Amino acid sequence: MTDISRRDLMAGLVAVPAALAIPQEMLQRAADHAHGVHEAEEQAAAQGAPQQPAPYVPKNFTPDEWRLVRLLVNYVIPRDARSGSATDARVPEFMDFILGEYRSSQTWMKNGLTWMNAECRRRYGKTFVSCSEEERRAVLDAIAFPKKALDEDKPGVDFFNNFRNLTASGFWTSRIGIADLGYVGNRPVMTWEGTPANVQRWLGI
Amino acid sequence: MQSTTQSTTRPATTAAPRTQQPTVYDVAIVGSGAGGGMAAYELTKAGARVVMIEAGGNWDNTSAQYSAMLKMPYDSPRRGASTPDRPFGEWDACIGGWQVPGEPYTKAEGTKFDWWRARMVGGRTNHWGRISLRFGPDDFRRKSLDGLGDDWPITYDDLKPWYDEVDKLIGIFGSIENLPNEPDGIFHDAPAPRYYERLVKQTCDRLQITCIPSRLSIITKPLNGRAPCHFCGQCNRGCMTNSNFSSTNVLITPALRTGRLRLITNAMAREVTTGDDGRATGVSYIDKTTGEDRHVRAKIVVLAASSCESSRILLNSKSSRHPQGLANSSGVVGKYLTDTTGTDVAGFVPRLVNVPRHNADGVGGGHILMPWWLDNKKLDFPRGYHIEVWGGLGMPSYGFMGGIQAYPEGGGYGTDLKQQYRKYWGATVGFSGRGEMIPNEKTFCALDPTVTDQWGIPVLKFNFEWRDSEYNQVKHMQETFRNLIAEMGGEVWSPMPTREQGYGIANGGAIIHELGTVRMGSTERDSALNSKSQAWDCDNVFVADGGPFVSQADKNPTWTILALSMRTSAYIIEQRKAGRL
Repeated sequence: MTDISRRDLMAGLVAVPAALAIPQEMLQRAADHAHGVHEAEEQAAAQGAPQQPAPYVPKNFTPDEWRLVRLLVNYVIPRDARSGSATDARVPEFMDFILGEYRSSQTWMKNGLTWMNAECRRRYGKTFVSCSEEERRAVLDAIAFPKKALDEDKPGVDFFNNFRNLTASGFWTSRIGIADLGYVGNRPVMTWEGTPANVQRWLGI
Repeated sequence: MQSTTQSTTRPATTAAPRTQQPTVYDVAIVGSGAGGGMAAYELTKAGARVVMIEAGGNWDNTSAQYSAMLKMPYDSPRRGASTPDRPFGEWDACIGGWQVPGEPYTKAEGTKFDWWRARMVGGRTNHWGRISLRFGPDDFRRKSLDGLGDDWPITYDDLKPWYDEVDKLIGIFGSIENLPNEPDGIFHDAPAPRYYERLVKQTCDRLQITCIPSRLSIITKPLNGRAPCHFCGQCNRGCMTNSNFSSTNVLITPALRTGRLRLITNAMAREVTTGDDGRATGVSYIDKTTGEDRHVRAKIVVLAASSCESSRILLNSKSSRHPQGLANSSGVVGKYLTDTTGTDVAGFVPRLVNVPRHNADGVGGGHILMPWWLDNKKLDFPRGYHIEVWGGLGMPSYGFMGGIQAYPEGGGYGTDLKQQYRKYWGATVGFSGRGEMIPNEKTFCALDPTVTDQWGIPVLKFNFEWRDSEYNQVKHMQETFRNLIAEMGGEVWSPMPTREQGYGIANGGAIIHELGTVRMGSTERDSALNSKSQAWDCDNVFVADGGPFVSQADKNPTWTILALSMRTSAYIIEQRKAGRL
């Protein structure tokens, strides 16, 4: 959310129809309070941000792992007509943070990345990164649909379930992901109207 | 109290200048949650000089230093995931958890029990779902009705005026329903249901399950200087406009403003001290910041440290006059422990696929609730449960739509997968059952003879056992929720759990409704407290948390804790005025 839209969001607190018997002054105070807080935070963040961010250096992936992760997240969530890709949403950077904070996740991640390359070597004699588009998709097809997968691919299936979940966590909580989903909450609402009429019609209830 | 929306004006919670402190306080309160906060509010209002001992640190929901209200997930690299002292997510307004460093508890072999402890001003009231249900007339006299457990020494009519006062002081929304064992209160307007709640309501009507607007301690019109809810759905992050109930900002803040409350944070109570006459003289505690032993003197002690923690303090308060611990001549302290039964079932509801986007945040909790609607005489378990509903289009957070492979496509990747997330978002509906457990003799807490915490204070050892009365009830929950999801045209995610899996019953303690370990009663033979929550064997000791409960009911306990604490506070004031305390 940009400064402007957050300011608008907070301004929603004071946009009260006069007919409502809610003391304007009280809401004004609440709005000013919350508004002031967030504005101060954003100003601090803006001042601290470098003009040209340096290239990201992962702390919890090796260079080879990093190349594989950056490739793999975009297989999970690629760019399409509506929004950007997982790397556009900085999902690998998010994963790097999570691996640092939740050390136990390093086990499944690192073992899984190793499994991916081992499987590619077994099939094609090269790493996932070196494989062709067709070869990569053949490996992903084998592990991306748990119910159809072969028992021998279970380590890959388990890894991919986790990897897909973590990719989704990173992507759909990013600015790009939130805008794509159309999440329109997190704003003060003075009068709760319940389910909007168009949604009631759609639902038929 | 207008300044509750301004963090700068909250009184400091550190000690006031020493010169102003009495050497003997009128009342010492241990714990700052619902019960302790209410006692501090009522007693300081009546003019008492009160000292409050809280095991955790300071907190203020109206301050952005503490509250994360209106933050977006991308405002944190963690995206809302949990941290060691915030197991329910980094933005949860409750510091604590199932394990607290340096403060262990133990379990008997075979016992599954999880003990949640908050360590902060306001305790668990910073965390809870704010479902605020009065116990009904039947809930105070269960033994008379079905022969199990015990009756309370008080009736609904005894507590009704106090529930009314709590409603007026703190605020609650709901609707007048005139249901027999679900007493109505003094309600603000309840918010209209969300889209999936409309479907659930329609389904409940078809299945003849009572479904009513929820009853949450969130205000929808101004009350006592507090702004009404603005429907951001983030109650659990700490409400910066103070529109929901937390002991922290609704009770403790005004109590501090009287100038008669001294709040000591990071203070771990060790024991209630007693004199030669056996009466309480104060509370000894550890200053957690220095590790030093401290003591405050008081004419009256109110324990409100949570049911089990208050039991622990009483059991540790041994003296020649109280060899089994304080308030424990009957030996019941620690016994009659119960928690709410719980199980959850969720499913995918195809008719909610591609729900048109709209703001479905609402309040921080369900807008509908299903109170117990059946007659146990026709069932194979004795007590009821209520149902809570979840789903919707809430703010995405860490863990968003985890397990996408459970949806019809069975997983995948790429543009097709991306589309799955979009269309299935908001198409899951879940139900949680919360029911009443019957106390049993295998379920209790007692001091562990060998283990102490980091300050050398003996810790609690838990024994916990569910019985058929609970298992059969939870089986009924599972079947009901599966029926509801099927009736909505949905598919349940998980297979029906077996008897060996306990029908999916949550561990004891996991619902965080532990009650009853310092129960009140009609005689000192079989209870620790009289009907005013006053210790039978020590007249200046009171318990004001969930400890005095005689039975659980299928209602969340907070509103009853508040009403009992208010009633006990009024009794203390009355007795003091009469010179009897």
